[in-house]
Amino acid sequence: MDVSVKNIRKEFDRYPALNDVSLDIRSGELIALLGPSGSGKTTLLRLIAGLETPTLGKIYFGAEDASHRTVQERHVGFVFQHYALFRHMTVADNIAFGLTVRPRGERPPKAEIQRRVGELLEMVQLSGLEKRYPNQLSGGQRQRVALARAMAIEPKVLLLDEPFGALDAKVRKELRRWLREFHDRTGHTTVFVTHDQEEALELADRVVVMSQGAIEQVGSSDDVYDRPNSPFVFSFIGDSASLPVTIADNGVYFENEAIGIAPRNGDITSGNGTLFFRPQDVVLVSDPAAPALEGRVSTSRRLAGTRIADIDVGKPGEPHHVEIEVPLDAQAATGTTLRFRPTRWKTFAA
Amino acid sequence: MTTSAAASGRWRLRQPSVIPGFGLTLGFSLAYLTLIILIPLAGLVWRSASLSGEEFLAILSDERTIKALEVSFGTAFVAALINVVFGVLVAWVIVRYEFPGRRIVDAIVDLPFALPTAVAGIALAALYAPNGWVGQLLNLVGIKAAFNPTGIVIALVFIGLPFVVRTVQPIMEEIDREVEEAAATLGANRFQTIRRVLLPGLAPAILTGFALAFARGVGEYGSVIFIAGNIPYVSEIAPLLIVIRLEEFNYGAATAIATIMLCLSFAMLLVINLIQTWNRRRYGHGA
Repeated sequence: MDVSVKNIRKEFDRYPALNDVSLDIRSGELIALLGPSGSGKTTLLRLIAGLETPTLGKIYFGAEDASHRTVQERHVGFVFQHYALFRHMTVADNIAFGLTVRPRGERPPKAEIQRRVGELLEMVQLSGLEKRYPNQLSGGQRQRVALARAMAIEPKVLLLDEPFGALDAKVRKELRRWLREFHDRTGHTTVFVTHDQEEALELADRVVVMSQGAIEQVGSSDDVYDRPNSPFVFSFIGDSASLPVTIADNGVYFENEAIGIAPRNGDITSGNGTLFFRPQDVVLVSDPAAPALEGRVSTSRRLAGTRIADIDVGKPGEPHHVEIEVPLDAQAATGTTLRFRPTRWKTFAA
Repeated sequence: MTTSAAASGRWRLRQPSVIPGFGLTLGFSLAYLTLIILIPLAGLVWRSASLSGEEFLAILSDERTIKALEVSFGTAFVAALINVVFGVLVAWVIVRYEFPGRRIVDAIVDLPFALPTAVAGIALAALYAPNGWVGQLLNLVGIKAAFNPTGIVIALVFIGLPFVVRTVQPIMEEIDREVEEAAATLGANRFQTIRRVLLPGLAPAILTGFALAFARGVGEYGSVIFIAGNIPYVSEIAPLLIVIRLEEFNYGAATAIATIMLCLSFAMLLVINLIQTWNRRRYGHGA
């Protein structure tokens, strides 16, 4: 089921949580909504589910305008961050809930419901726990029960709100891989919210980066990491350093000194801007005459297979702090001067 | 004391924590309960024990005693049931909705706690008597609401309401909004959500509220006697019968009836507590 969100605006007490957001989700896609807290990602998810009503704009399920459909009518599977399991029901009753509340005519017979519950339990690898109560399960198990419960109604779309947020790191990793497999097996259109970029980049077909109630960029993991289209995306995803620069005469200047790089495709071609690059995308320049960025090493530390150097570049009075990766054999003791040049970068107008 | 109890193993009630004070607080609690509750009750049983077994049975099997007990427990039960329904409703309105005067409604709920019960009884009797404001209207539709068991129920409903509201309200405030939303996304309508998701979660609190309202109703005297009519065999409550016996200086009979009431109340509260425990265990909250 395709889902498209068209020019949605959502206000809470006059304060806009989402401002003119549009997004097309293709059938069978696994989409991550990624952003810092307060970026509106959960609000967008709840709007798709029908748990909130938009102030302006429309939401389509396929060709049908679903904006005024109730939650019940939308037929979505929703998984909450804190599971929201029914504590007084067994695992089996929790999963069967969506089927047992159907009107009498549409309700499957008891034996059929039981069979479906068995299938779903097997799918989430919890067979044998149907008689347990939620209190008797671990966090990871509860989350899988919540997922099975959402899947029981055969939803058109599966929506997950920070599904792994409340779990510890190890379980989180396992469940992440498991969710990907689960999605590939079932082929549901799936949207999940996360503030964990690693999770989004690893799991999703496409990542929607959001900030302050607007979508910054939509693209594959490679797109948002390698080709960020805004300063926000560049600094939000992965590690990065930024410096104020001037572009003129087909060269990039930092504090009026050429740094040995020229604007490339997609960079601004003149005027003041900000240069972004990642710590690993630099090369040390040994020739003292060649143009490069120059800075004093304030600290350097060994990090697994690399060495990270914190460097103060620019005038001594108001240094700009950048972090770069240096080869293990490079001289990068505290207080020494390093000259380097980005190999991959992007400039944005200031 | 606590360490030896823990070490012996057999007597381990609850593992005392590293924070000191278990021995002191338990000792104080026991002494206090003994002084305030157990000694007076023991005195009651002691007093009724001065009767011979036959005398005791005679008082028990007296038609008037049996009727009085029936009236007391029956009306308290009905009143508690009514309070459960409307108390939950009132709690729901206070917890869930923002409206002008919400805090006033919230405060009004406590009035039956604060009002002298005799005042409440006189006011209710005046209202519900056949010539009272409400009584007149009820008379038109053929309902007699005072000077019979219906009147007793009305008084007990008034007295018991805050017990239900105040026990259910805090639990209701803690209901996780997400659980309701989850039910909605699974296709449950509002009625199904309330009946299958919300009410079962509130059940222990409702049951406690019921038990408190019921217990209060069984023992209520002041507000009831004005509206009850106090007709022997019809609308005479057991506490009133006790007072009548006391006024006849028939202390034995008075304490015998009191002892029976005590036993019945204790048995009912015990059953309700057992249901609570069973309920908790069923949902996997441990012992």
